Amino acid sequence: MIHLVDVTLVVTLLACAWLSLTGRDLLRSVVLFIAFGLLVSLGWARLRAPDVALAEAAVGSGLTGALLLSAFSAMERARLTTDEVGLTRARWLALGLTLGLGVSLGVVLLSLPSDHPRLSLHIQERISQSGVLNSVTAVLLNFRSYDTLLEMVVLLASLVGIWAVAPFARVWPKAPSTPILAALARLLLPLMTVVAGYLLWLGADAPGGAFQAGAVLGGMGVLWVAASLWHPPWALRMVRPLLVLGLLAFLAVAGVTMGIGKSMLEYPASQAKTLILWIETAATVSIGVTLTLLFLGGYPAPPEQS
Amino acid sequence: MSWADGISLLCILAALFFFLAGTVGLLRMPDVFTRLHALTKADNLGLGLIVLATAVQLQSWTELVKLALIWMLVMVSGATVAHLIARMALSESSDEKA
Amino acid sequence: MSGSSSLYALAGIALFCMGLFALIAYPHSLRKILAANVAGTGVFMIFVALGYQGPERPIDPVPHALVITGIVVAVCATGLALTLAVGLGATHIAPDEEE
Repeated sequence: MIHLVDVTLVVTLLACAWLSLTGRDLLRSVVLFIAFGLLVSLGWARLRAPDVALAEAAVGSGLTGALLLSAFSAMERARLTTDEVGLTRARWLALGLTLGLGVSLGVVLLSLPSDHPRLSLHIQERISQSGVLNSVTAVLLNFRSYDTLLEMVVLLASLVGIWAVAPFARVWPKAPSTPILAALARLLLPLMTVVAGYLLWLGADAPGGAFQAGAVLGGMGVLWVAASLWHPPWALRMVRPLLVLGLLAFLAVAGVTMGIGKSMLEYPASQAKTLILWIETAATVSIGVTLTLLFLGGYPAPPEQS
Repeated sequence: MSWADGISLLCILAALFFFLAGTVGLLRMPDVFTRLHALTKADNLGLGLIVLATAVQLQSWTELVKLALIWMLVMVSGATVAHLIARMALSESSDEKA
Repeated sequence: MSGSSSLYALAGIALFCMGLFALIAYPHSLRKILAANVAGTGVFMIFVALGYQGPERPIDPVPHALVITGIVVAVCATGLALTLAVGLGATHIAPDEEE
């Protein structure tokens, strides 16, 4: 049974994506991409994936949008924002080939077996041993926790990569242009910290968890940078340890579980919830700080005066 | 259909009217300032009505607090963003004149 | 597969192909980064749609967890790619500026 709302949503988000990818004006493309992210997050909600919807709205649309806009304005300053979008012969060929790929993928997809329970039954069997009731959190922090451990490494590695190629920040707090934005940032800071803590705590048995909470903190950090309230030279010494906090917590737990004769990250069932919560708290802080520093687009040092 | 459902339905229909009005304003108004005027006012009212429609369906008071908080946050951030856009547009138009 | 599951999975394929096309066809680095993000979202959508089998049946949480991981990795990759693209743009225009 297909609902009208799903059809409308899918058509709108496909149109948004197409216009974003083929329009001449790149600023319009970026704004359409942000709108596309919000529509996709509605799609996740329709597919009963509220955890993914939260992550998409905060990270996929919000933070990616902020990153794209800041990169756009850097490119605009360098007058690099026009793109040739006419359909040449080579582009028609590319369009034809990708269309063929799409049709064949669609045929394969529709021939997949329909009533396969996949992994949901296994997870329902074991969820009582995982320490949490939210099955997504159970997968992320228990059943496949080494994926999440490696993800913390990816977060750190991308930031180190950015610092390696860009010795100066692209975005830097400067004299505030209006007091209104600073007032909003001050109002939201305590509120969003509470929201992040709430999402983190809630993640054990309802949609939420470390990534969503970390994304809220990251968004808050971006707002503070944009409102020029954050002063990196003072804060950088303090945030460096916070960047690796999540990874260190994970590694400590991994070491201890191996030390007591279990396999890596195999929590004792009675301690599982406590361990998950500690790892998640540390990871939330690290994710929030990493995402904020990602927005600076370079090593946190004032940009060169040109 | 209970009384609560009826109230929800009426509120949602009214909200849709205001969202539609705001969108028409966004598309039809001649410049940034009038567009912002149409969009922010109509959408705040529309969202308020949606919150009201949801509120009469709620089972617990804590959910009502969450809904009210969301409404308030959207209004505060919407007003701030409207201010920032208007400010940017104003400085650009004064640049053109100068 | 249930109706809306197929609908979203096919939409995911369409998004992936659009992203792939734009990635190949258009030269601007910002557009290529947008295209990679759209293609990635398409892959996520296929994953999640395959884990959904109608409103009554239990959902498969494994794709959800993978996609949440994927979204965060995607924003990291986007951040790094944008920094590279902005740096590339700066070196690219340098000769013109000197003239």
